[in-house]
Amino acid sequence: FERSEITEDLFEDLEALLIQADLGVETTLELLDNLRDRIDRERIKQPADAREALRTEMIALLENATRNRKIKIYQRGVPFVILVVGVNGTGKTTTIAKLAKYHQDQGRNVMLVAGDTFRAAAIDQLKVWGERLKVPVIAHDPGADPGAVVFDGMQAAYNRNADILLVDTAGRLHTKYNLMEELKKIRKVMQRHVAEAPQEVLLVIDATTGQNGLVQAKKFAEAVEITDIAIAKLDGTARGGIAFAIARELGTPISYVGTGEQVTALAEFNPVTYVDALFFGEEEEL
Amino acid sequence: MFETLSDRLTAVFQRIGNKGRLTEQDVDEAMREVRRALLEADVNYKVVRDFVSAVRERAVGEEVLKALTPAQQVISIVRDELIKILGEERVPLQLAQVPPTIVMVVGLQGSGKTTHVAKIANLLKKEGRRPLMVAADVYRPAAIDQLQTLGGQIDVPVYSEGTKANPVDIAKNAVKLARDRGYTVVLIDTAGRLQIDEPMMQEVERIAEAVKPHEILLVADAMTGQEAVNVAQEFHRRLALTGLVLTKMDGDARGGAALSIRSVVGVPIKYIGTGERIDAVEPFYPDRLASRILGM
Ligand SMILES: Nc1nc2c(ncn2[C@@H]2O[C@H](COP(=O)(O)OP(=O)(O)OP(=O)(O)O)[C@@H](O)[C@H]2O)c(=O)[nH]1
Ligand SMILES: Nc1nc2c(ncn2[C@@H]2O[C@H](COP(=O)(O)OP(=O)(O)OP(=O)(O)O)[C@@H](O)[C@H]2O)c(=O)[nH]1
Ligand SMILES: [K+]
Ligand SMILES: [Mg+2]
Ligand SMILES: [Mg+2]
Repeated sequence: FERSEITEDLFEDLEALLIQADLGVETTLELLDNLRDRIDRERIKQPADAREALRTEMIALLENATRNRKIKIYQRGVPFVILVVGVNGTGKTTTIAKLAKYHQDQGRNVMLVAGDTFRAAAIDQLKVWGERLKVPVIAHDPGADPGAVVFDGMQAAYNRNADILLVDTAGRLHTKYNLMEELKKIRKVMQRHVAEAPQEVLLVIDATTGQNGLVQAKKFAEAVEITDIAIAKLDGTARGGIAFAIARELGTPISYVGTGEQVTALAEFNPVTYVDALFFGEEEEL
Repeated sequence: MFETLSDRLTAVFQRIGNKGRLTEQDVDEAMREVRRALLEADVNYKVVRDFVSAVRERAVGEEVLKALTPAQQVISIVRDELIKILGEERVPLQLAQVPPTIVMVVGLQGSGKTTHVAKIANLLKKEGRRPLMVAADVYRPAAIDQLQTLGGQIDVPVYSEGTKANPVDIAKNAVKLARDRGYTVVLIDTAGRLQIDEPMMQEVERIAEAVKPHEILLVADAMTGQEAVNVAQEFHRRLALTGLVLTKMDGDARGGAALSIRSVVGVPIKYIGTGERIDAVEPFYPDRLASRILGM
C-alpha cells in the first residue's frame, strides 16, 4: 500500500525494509538520516518521491564502491591469476567454475588450481567442474601443502600458455590466524612467478550472511588485499544487504553476483539492477 | 558496534540515573539499546520487536525501577528471556524404540549438512551404535565422494547408488539395507536447496514420506542473517522439523539467527558445530548462546 504523506510511519517502513535485507543498523540509520536531510532540502512531500530519493542514495552508495574496481589487463603470455577466498561454504568453488566458463567464452585459455587440499573431496569437486568445462586442473593429493600446488599451478600456467589461472582455496573463518597466514603465503608463492599476481583477489560472500559479512570482508582485506567481491546465492530470498555496509565501510567493489548452482548463473554486478530488483521491485511492498 | 550492550545500558542509566526514579521513557531508551544489540546479532527484525516488548513489560512492571544497578538488571531480564526462547534444557537426539532410527538433514546450500552427518555419525558410533550414512545428494559435484571420504575417516559405511539414481529410491533402499544388516541409525545427507525451489522442496518431501524419519534436522549456518526465519519456517511447514543444528559457531558470528529460528519454529537446537574437523561438534547450552548473542 502507498502512504499518502511523509510521516514517521514511512520511515519505520523503510527501516524495516533495510534491516530485514541485512543492511545492518548503522548503514540503515545513515541512509535514513541522509534521506531526512534530502527531504528537507529538496522539500519532498510525496512518499513516492521519498522512496525514489532513498533508491538513488542506495545506488550511489554502491556505485561509489564500484568505481574502485580496477581495470583488468589481460596480457598475452602473462597468466592473469585470480585467487578466490572466503569463509566455509559460501560458493567459492562453484564461482570458480562460473568464472572459468565466463573467461572461456571470452576466448581465453583457462586453468584451475585445486588449492583446497583440506576439505573432504574438495579436489574431486573442482575436477568434476574441470571435466565438464574441459579445463585442466592442477592438483596434488588431499592433505598436501596448498603453497606447493599453487607453485605447480603457476609453473603450469606458463608452460601451457594459460591466460587465466583460477585458484581455489579452502574455506576458512577469518578468525583463524594460521589459516589467514596461509593465504598470505599463497600470495607470496604467486608473486615469485608473476610480480603483479594475484591480479584479482575475489572474496565470495554468501547472500544469506548477516552482520558477520562485514567483519569477514575487513579481515580478508587485511590479510590478502581483496580486489573484488562476489555475492553468491542471490537466487534465494536473501537480499545480500551486507554489501551496502561493506561498500560504505571498505569501499571494496562488488563485481559479480551468483544466481544459481549452474555454471552460467553468474552476472556482473550492476548497482541499479540490484537495487531495483531486490528493494524496489514490484512485489516489494513498502 | 564495539561497545557492549552492558556499556551502553550503563551509559543510558547514568544519564538519567540522578533523577531518582526511572520513567517509562527511560526504560524505552534502554530498550532501544537492547533492540540495537539484538539486530546487530542478526536476530530477526520481527522477533526483536516481540522480544523487546516482552522485556519492556517486565522491566516496567518490576525490578528495574527499583534496582540499584538498572543496567545489570535489564541485562539479566534480557538474558532470562533469551534463554526462555532458546529452550532451557538440552534435548538429545530421539532414538527409535525399534531400530533403525532414521535421521535426515536438510537445509540451504553450504550450511554444513554433509559435514554434520559425519560428525553425528561419529558421535553415535562412539556411543556404541551402528550408523549408516546415505548419500542422497546426487546434484552437487563430488557430494558422494565427500561423504565417502568422511566415512573413511570415521570408519562408518556410506550407502550410495551414484548420481544417476533418484534420491527417494536411494533413501528407501538404504533403510531397507539397514534393516537387513542391523544398522541402528540411518543418517541421510540431502542436497542443499532453497526453500523457494519448488521441485527440490517436493523432492525432499517425498524422501521424508518414503522413509518417515524420526528426526528431521535443519542445518543452519550461525552467520545467517535476517532471512533465517523465512527459510526455517518454510522447511518446517513442508517437513515438520524436529531439531536444529547450528554450524560454524567457531567463528565470531553472534548467532542471533538461532534465536530467530527457535522462536518461530519452536524446535530444539540439538547440536552446535564448532569447526571443520569431525569431532568439532558439541551439545547446545542455551545460556552460552544467550551471552554470545548479547556480546558478553
Ligand atoms: N542457489 C545457489 N547455490 C549456490 C550458488 N553458488 C554456490 N552454490 C551452492 O552452494 C554450495 C557450496 O558451494 P561451493 O562452491 O562448494 O562453496 P565453497 O565456498 O567452495 O565451500 P568450501 O570449499 O567448503 O568452503 C553448493 O551446493 C553450491 O552448489 C548460487 O549462486 N546459488
Ligand atoms: N568452521 C566451520 N566450518 C564448517 C562447520 N561445519 C561445516 N563446515 C564447513 O562448511 C563448508 C560446507 O560444509 P558442507 O558439509 O559441505 O555443507 P553442505 O550443507 O553439505 O553443502 P551442500 O551439500 O553444498 O549444500 C565446508 O567447508 C565445511 O568444512 C563448522 O562447524 N565450522
Ligand atoms: K534474492
Ligand atoms: Mg570449495
Ligand atoms: Mg552436502
